[in-house]
Amino acid sequence: MNLKEFIVDSVNQSALQVFSTMLGVELAPGTATFEDAKPDINCEVFSLIGLAGSWAGSGSLSCSAALACRVCSNMLMTEATAVNEEVLDAMAELTNMIVGNVKTELESKLGPLGLSIPTVVYGRNFKTKTAGTTDWISLRFDWDGDYLLVKLCLAPHDKDAHHRIDLFEGADALAV
Amino acid sequence: MESHILVVDDSAAIRKILQRVLRQTGMVIGEIYEAGDGQEALELLKTKTVSLVLSDINMPKMDGLQMLAALKNSTVWRHIPVVMITTEGGETKVGEAVKLGAAGYVRKPFTADQIKEKLVGILEPAMQL
Repeated sequence: MNLKEFIVDSVNQSALQVFSTMLGVELAPGTATFEDAKPDINCEVFSLIGLAGSWAGSGSLSCSAALACRVCSNMLMTEATAVNEEVLDAMAELTNMIVGNVKTELESKLGPLGLSIPTVVYGRNFKTKTAGTTDWISLRFDWDGDYLLVKLCLAPHDKDAHHRIDLFEGADALAV
Repeated sequence: MESHILVVDDSAAIRKILQRVLRQTGMVIGEIYEAGDGQEALELLKTKTVSLVLSDINMPKMDGLQMLAALKNSTVWRHIPVVMITTEGGETKVGEAVKLGAAGYVRKPFTADQIKEKLVGILEPAMQL
């Protein structure tokens, strides 16, 4: 299994477990694509969290406002009808848990990684840009006619990281 | 005897979930206090008596490990069991927490049963002291 496949597998496991445990929702495994950082036109709520260590990168969740409200409603057992502080907080925590669990899986292969505190943005017609040219691994999870995108980019950050690449067949393909 | 619990997490969502989960455990729980970071928790402990602290690790201002160290270095608070609730599953931070004196940890995402199982083992012996 190369690094891309390992990440796809970890994101799938993490997202399915978090949705099942915290939201009571059984999702089907996400479909993966590998892409540049082009914005998703459906995105109204965007949550970003940083990863740092000998490998560094970011994880993000993006979805429509309606789906963010559903996440909040299921997670907090409340009725969220518009994006407010509580909805943004629920999305931040969802990001923390999904990417945090992926980080834990990655640490077994890549060594210790740090996780930042998530930032959530709500709006329309905004674009995001990550410095560098690393490809994103993107997984789309469908949920009752809507969808959530979970994305992750990761690249070697110091010389120690290159020794660890040997652990994965084709791992350098992730860092363009 | 009722146990008063302090929940420390920068996420209001997690604090709300833990409030609900703790009430669902069926344990005799009195007050559930909340703090958004370690600093706020230490301030709150100056005026409230608690049987147990449930704390996140990654928080702004003062994180869970700094708060845990402060509690274990205090003659007044060192007896209070602290359970870390965190996405940190790696050995680094969890190991550090255990070394500092954490009574245990629960990984996020968590179920009510996992929280109950952890707390029963810690609170019941503590109540017999």
